[in-house]
Amino acid sequence: MNRDRLWAWQYRYAPYLFVAPFVILFCCFLLYPLGRSITLSFYKAAGPKHLVFAGFENFRFLLLDRLFWLAVLNTVAFTVAYLVLQIPVSLGLALMLNSKRIWFRNFFRFAFFSPQLVGQVFVAVIFGLLLAPRHGLVNRALGAMIPAIGTETNWFSARMALPAIVLAALWLSVGYGMIYFLAALQSVDRDLYEAAEVDGAGKWMQFWHVTMPGIRPVLTFLVLVGTIGSFQVFELPYVLFRPTVPPTAVTIVMYLFQTGFESGDIGYASAIGWALVLMILIVSLIQLRVTGLLREDAR
Amino acid sequence: MTQMLPPIEASRAIAKAPKCLAPSFTGGSRMTGWAGFIVLHAVVICLAIISLTPFFWLICATFKRHEDFFTHAFLPWSEPGRWTLSNYRLLFEQWPFAAWMFNSLFLSCAHTVVVVMLSSLGGFALAKYRFAGKKPLMLIMLSTMLLPSQVLLSGNFLLMYRIGWLDSYAAILVPGAVSVFGMLLFMQAMRGVPDELLQAGRVDGCSEFRLWWEVALPIVRPMTGAYTLLSFMGAWNSFLWPQIVLQTPTKYTLPIGLTNMLGLPEYQTPYGVLMTGTFLSILPVAVLFFILQRDFIAGLATGAVKG
Repeated sequence: MNRDRLWAWQYRYAPYLFVAPFVILFCCFLLYPLGRSITLSFYKAAGPKHLVFAGFENFRFLLLDRLFWLAVLNTVAFTVAYLVLQIPVSLGLALMLNSKRIWFRNFFRFAFFSPQLVGQVFVAVIFGLLLAPRHGLVNRALGAMIPAIGTETNWFSARMALPAIVLAALWLSVGYGMIYFLAALQSVDRDLYEAAEVDGAGKWMQFWHVTMPGIRPVLTFLVLVGTIGSFQVFELPYVLFRPTVPPTAVTIVMYLFQTGFESGDIGYASAIGWALVLMILIVSLIQLRVTGLLREDAR
Repeated sequence: MTQMLPPIEASRAIAKAPKCLAPSFTGGSRMTGWAGFIVLHAVVICLAIISLTPFFWLICATFKRHEDFFTHAFLPWSEPGRWTLSNYRLLFEQWPFAAWMFNSLFLSCAHTVVVVMLSSLGGFALAKYRFAGKKPLMLIMLSTMLLPSQVLLSGNFLLMYRIGWLDSYAAILVPGAVSVFGMLLFMQAMRGVPDELLQAGRVDGCSEFRLWWEVALPIVRPMTGAYTLLSFMGAWNSFLWPQIVLQTPTKYTLPIGLTNMLGLPEYQTPYGVLMTGTFLSILPVAVLFFILQRDFIAGLATGAVKG
């Protein structure tokens, strides 16, 4: 009897017990800090001990802060350069590996995907030495293949900082995009190609009118995810250029980290955090809007 | 840097190695026969070599002496006498590398176990039960999905300071146990668990907890494998939050420890030792990937629900 009551009790309250640990932690360590970071953005701070209410001072300062806007500019430049290269290269790789005649497909797939297993910090440590001036592997290869460029490229200078980050980022994530495109390509209906061929469409026409519509959802996804990820880029430039980061390599999150946790103003860092939220939200909405419109056009 | 996002499909696609093939574009009918075949393979092989070279270079670098580090691109091949294992010895003798490795292993394993358990339990409840407050809970969860985690840094830092968790692993593990993404992922997967199976279990007197552990979890096993790999990699590579929270060098994790080796003045940086540390830091993730890859295939092959 007692056993039955126990069973009935656990049957009734099971779902609450199951979500309880998550909900408690979610409230304490996500919702509460989130709320706290809103209120903190109205304070001036010197370490966690000294908080002074400052009203909208942080946001007013943010709008005029040249270092912040430089960080925004750097981040946007990185995002654009990265996506413009990553998406076509990933798609190209996927198209090649999707060929009927390719040998060792699994091996190649793994060869391109494997950098994804390496974390950003470790990639940055490796590329810090690969890109070393004169004797680094990248410069050696450049000197050997394109003598006009030579081995003298200084990847850590203000001018070359962005290409250096993009290069490391591409090595890391081209294979990731490729895997998604490959999955999308394999789900495109084969009959459509045959129908197009019967209608006399060449390979190029088939690509634009059969393949592209077929992979558009994945394309949209990768662009959106790539944008959101790029806006938050931090470890790669932070470790790559350690100990001295050139001003052209300071990203939004790096600036947030520097003001909040190196200079100790967690109030201003909160304001930067919310500015980042706003920017990501706006860019995502614009992208969803644009890709949505494109889809309307296609019909 | 799509790293924090789910290569679930990706790892599945790798594991499954689908046999069905869509028609190709490169090497099409116009580029006839062998020419197209050879061009295609030449291009792919070149690109694969570029993609794998940094790994090969890294392995070579661990056997290079300090004075050879930049004078030889890979290894002094003609003089095997100059190859050395001293980088490995120095790494463990002069740096608390063993401690960093242990810390990283402990934190990543603990994080993975906790987050997989909590997410699957919560996801099970969301997928298979109706309960008060489910709708609002899911709405709040979904609305936090888009927020970049960096906006939480200040608030969480202040919280950790107030409750005295700074420089402790609690500050990493406890907030890290919350994964909205994991909850939604498991919810999605567990919707596929047949209700009749659960009902049959209840008739047999099975407790709800056992239904989760013995019925639902085994069915979503391939997804669990993928998510385990993801969580482990996330924790293993995480840098920003541990860097803020941890202060004692012996408590450092691998990314933080290695980054601090870079902080030395330029010509003092022990390149070979640093590369050895990096190589050993990448190894565990690679091993786990290979283990779980087989797990996927087994999970997919046996099929969860029979009959």
